Amino acid sequence: MTTMTKTLSASRARFVPALFAALIGVAMITLTGHVQAAALHDAAHDVRHATGFPCH
Amino acid sequence: MFQRFLITSLFAGAAAGLIAGILQLIFVQPVLLHAELYESGELVHFGAEAISAHPDLHGFDAMRDGLSVIFTMLTYTGYTLMLVALMSVAEENGAQIDGRTGILWGIAGFVTFHFAPGLSLAPEVPGVAAADVGARQIWWWATVIGAGIAMWLLAFGRNWTMWGVAVILLAAPHLIGAPEPDVFTGPVPTEIGALFAARAFGVGLATWVLVGCFAGYFWQREGERENG
Repeated sequence: MTTMTKTLSASRARFVPALFAALIGVAMITLTGHVQAAALHDAAHDVRHATGFPCH
Repeated sequence: MFQRFLITSLFAGAAAGLIAGILQLIFVQPVLLHAELYESGELVHFGAEAISAHPDLHGFDAMRDGLSVIFTMLTYTGYTLMLVALMSVAEENGAQIDGRTGILWGIAGFVTFHFAPGLSLAPEVPGVAAADVGARQIWWWATVIGAGIAMWLLAFGRNWTMWGVAVILLAAPHLIGAPEPDVFTGPVPTEIGALFAARAFGVGLATWVLVGCFAGYFWQREGERENG
């Protein structure tokens, strides 16, 4: 039982940072590639085209 | 633990992103600037006189190109965070993660984020006709998520059902179809548009191979340091 709890909490301890890392990643891609706010769009314009994001 | 994620993602993402930014400035930006001459009407395709295929282009623009490099680094750091998250889950389940296997992860990332959506929504030069941007973004995300799951199933699936689901996930967005414009209005010569798409894919693939390799390398190295 103790071993099981340990294994469970160990995998949870790794799963949570992975989830947070992935979420930060999605947020960054959304900001640099997708948000249409004028300032962001203009600054990221060339990158969005060159990286194949839907731009205008 | 989170430190390992951050160090790996920041080092690998920023390094690959910096190289990507430079590659884009060398190979993609001149094509984009060339297309913008047609978008703005400065050059007219099939106008009264033949147009030289080698016009004078703007040189390096510190503000514009500097921002491009910064945003490329941010974009690839974001991608790397997602990649490293998945690498950690795979390692938990017995996969070997290092610089060499990372190359395969990078190719899978390229297919997921560039090639799968780009197969129907090709990288666009400025000025092309396109459907509503919101609709295209929804299609882009749906295709990327489907392709990402498909890559995972292809790599770690153990039977034909999983591989079959992967094929369906890869094909479905293109069979359904991406949002398309009602009419074509692009003023840019097809030669420039084709070169742009090819260059965007080429630089994307080169960068993703680096992203995967760097991410695998730093992930392994930081792991050894934490454990030893």
